[in-house]
Amino acid sequence: MKDARASRGCVLQLRDLHKRFGATPIIRGVSLDIDQGERHAIIGPNGAGKSTLFNLVSGLFAPSAGSIRLDGEPIEGFSPFEIYRRGLARSFQVTNIFPRLSVFENIRCSVLWSLGYRYSFKRDVAKLSDANARTGEVLEQIGMSARRDVRAGVLTYAEQRALEIGITIAGNARVILLDEPTAGMSRAEAARAVSLIRTISVGRTLVMVEHDMGVVFDLADRISVLVYGEIIATDAPTRIRENPAVRAAYLGTGPGNL
Amino acid sequence: MSESKTASPVPERRSGALLQWLERRKAWLFAAIVLIILPHVPGLDGNFGRSLLSQMGIAAVFALSYNLLLGQTGLLSFGHAVYFGLGGYAGIHLMRAINAGLPIPMPLVPLAGAATGLAFGMLFGALTTRRAGVVFALISLGVGELVFAAMRILQGFSGGEEGITANRGMGPHPFGLTFGPQLQVYYVIVFWSAMAAALMAAFLRTPAGRMCNAVRDNPERAAFIGYDPVRIRFVVFCVAAMFAGLAGGLHALNYEIVAAEAVGAGRSGTVLLMAYIGGVHSFFGAVLGAVTITWLQVSLSDYTTAWQLYLGLFFIAVVLFAPGGLSGLLLMHRPILGTRAFLHVVKSYAIAALPALAAAAGAIMLLEINYRRATQPDTGARMRLFWMDVDTSSVWPWLSAIALLAGGAFLFNRCRRLVANAWQQASDEARTVGGMQREPRP
Ligand SMILES: Nc1ncnc2c1ncn2[C@@H]1O[C@H](COP(=O)(O)OP(=O)(O)OP(=O)(O)O)[C@@H](O)[C@H]1O
Ligand SMILES: [Mg+2]
Repeated sequence: MKDARASRGCVLQLRDLHKRFGATPIIRGVSLDIDQGERHAIIGPNGAGKSTLFNLVSGLFAPSAGSIRLDGEPIEGFSPFEIYRRGLARSFQVTNIFPRLSVFENIRCSVLWSLGYRYSFKRDVAKLSDANARTGEVLEQIGMSARRDVRAGVLTYAEQRALEIGITIAGNARVILLDEPTAGMSRAEAARAVSLIRTISVGRTLVMVEHDMGVVFDLADRISVLVYGEIIATDAPTRIRENPAVRAAYLGTGPGNL
Repeated sequence: MSESKTASPVPERRSGALLQWLERRKAWLFAAIVLIILPHVPGLDGNFGRSLLSQMGIAAVFALSYNLLLGQTGLLSFGHAVYFGLGGYAGIHLMRAINAGLPIPMPLVPLAGAATGLAFGMLFGALTTRRAGVVFALISLGVGELVFAAMRILQGFSGGEEGITANRGMGPHPFGLTFGPQLQVYYVIVFWSAMAAALMAAFLRTPAGRMCNAVRDNPERAAFIGYDPVRIRFVVFCVAAMFAGLAGGLHALNYEIVAAEAVGAGRSGTVLLMAYIGGVHSFFGAVLGAVTITWLQVSLSDYTTAWQLYLGLFFIAVVLFAPGGLSGLLLMHRPILGTRAFLHVVKSYAIAALPALAAAAGAIMLLEINYRRATQPDTGARMRLFWMDVDTSSVWPWLSAIALLAGGAFLFNRCRRLVANAWQQASDEARTVGGMQREPRP
């Protein structure tokens, strides 16, 4: 069935999504529409299933049941690279980079597919001026130009987090999922990351999981609250703050800083 | 198109471009000149030396192809000789056809090896590259055993363990070249080896080649930037198999015989040995490993029947103490190369080498005596050790061996301080002075 919202600009559509690991249900019937160009935050207590939801959408896991549509086309059960090629890129909560490649190589590898070089073995990467220019641009954006020749594995934690975002945005995907992009960063680093995310999300659709409520309320157009594998509310930030169900869920688990 | 641009009518610009081209390919040109001169260097200008050089060239191509798998893509194969051996069989059969009158010049034989390696790489690669890690390693072992068994059964094709032979001198003789003399074969081998090395280096600079490194480091993430890691593994596997096949074709041309052992586990193990001893992580390491191991195989076996034991010990020592291999040990010195304290480092090595040699001599004596007693107990107690006749029934050879070993080890341990201090000094200097602005020598 073709959904009416797709034509109005619903980019990502989850319908009654389920994921079980063995007998344990982790995602228990999630339905969610992400609109074209919006910045959507997903919040929820630890272990709620936020990363698992990203893993389903980005193709790391196949859902146990339910459907995922990207631009109206079903993508559930597709491989990560197929979903990436359709325009969806993601970052990881636990840094997931190419440790023995230089920072520059990390980014350049990440721009190759989007520029159409695919599996070419006829061209010398040193001579791909568009790829090298785009790599320089991304390095500048994530503030890593000075570190371009350093092996990614020896970077500081904050630098690796910046590189993680760089790898994700390098290919100019239309839909970007960021899993806790500012986790573990200092206040200054987080502020930099927020302004970077703001810049790169212009003209794109952004979905992010984030624990820092300052960041969430600063960036998000809408917020979904995931608790125990179910979305209990999706709404604008101010309305989420006042939502009694959300308050109850959050008061139960600790932080009353909503 | 770019041709017409560089061939500008202004002669100055042209020679400038030529100089630039030479500058950029300095290392390759230097290597080419060395390779051309080598078989005329005294000591290597005999049949033995030229044959050794030829074997090194073949081993280098084989080891480089293995480096694409292990060093660049992280694929540990226990069956890479399959493609070498099948390439060798293709080569030897083509040579036989040429002997029977097919008008193809002998130097093109290695291409048949490359084509066969590629074909079987595509066939088996489609099966084996679906998984990496242990599963890949085990499947490669299985395929290796399978092909080895097949070669022993298909006597008509392979000649089994005896092998099949051909004559490289019988065929068309372009420009009066017969390809009989070892020198001519050496140049054919050098030509193909240099081509292969250049092509493999070029492959690593392409998008597919760069993604090999990415897949080695993190196949999961590679999938999230658009690449199918299985496809990348398959591509590199085919390329590696093709160059292994080329090496096999060179082997056929060089030895004029190919037998079942060419596809066997022993040869697959040797290339693994070369990779680790030379250093898995660098291209240059593969060549270094190939050259070292070939040399050891050929020369050690002249001195001792226990040579495989020494090779094994050497391998263990490298894996334990120099995980970057010989190339890693060499490259380690790059940062301190220009410092004044570098001389101290070299001097400290020279001093530490004396007790190390003494300990090694003691260890070799013990090994040789025991090896002799274990393998040839009926030849009596007298044997030659180094340049001496010794009687192993007396206590003196044993005592002196133990004394050498223990004393050498003790003194070597003291010398390590010396080396460490010299290193400290050199790296301090390299750090503070740094780069280009080193002060002139007083
Ligand atoms: N591959 C897996 N196999 C089994 N269980 C898993 C797997 N991945 C996640 N889980 C379980 O699913 C639950 C949800 O995990 P998930 O990582 O999605 O939570 P989260 O909301 O991202 O939490 P956090 O805020 O800590 O990142 C956890 O209980 C986790 O142990
Ligand atoms: Mg998570």
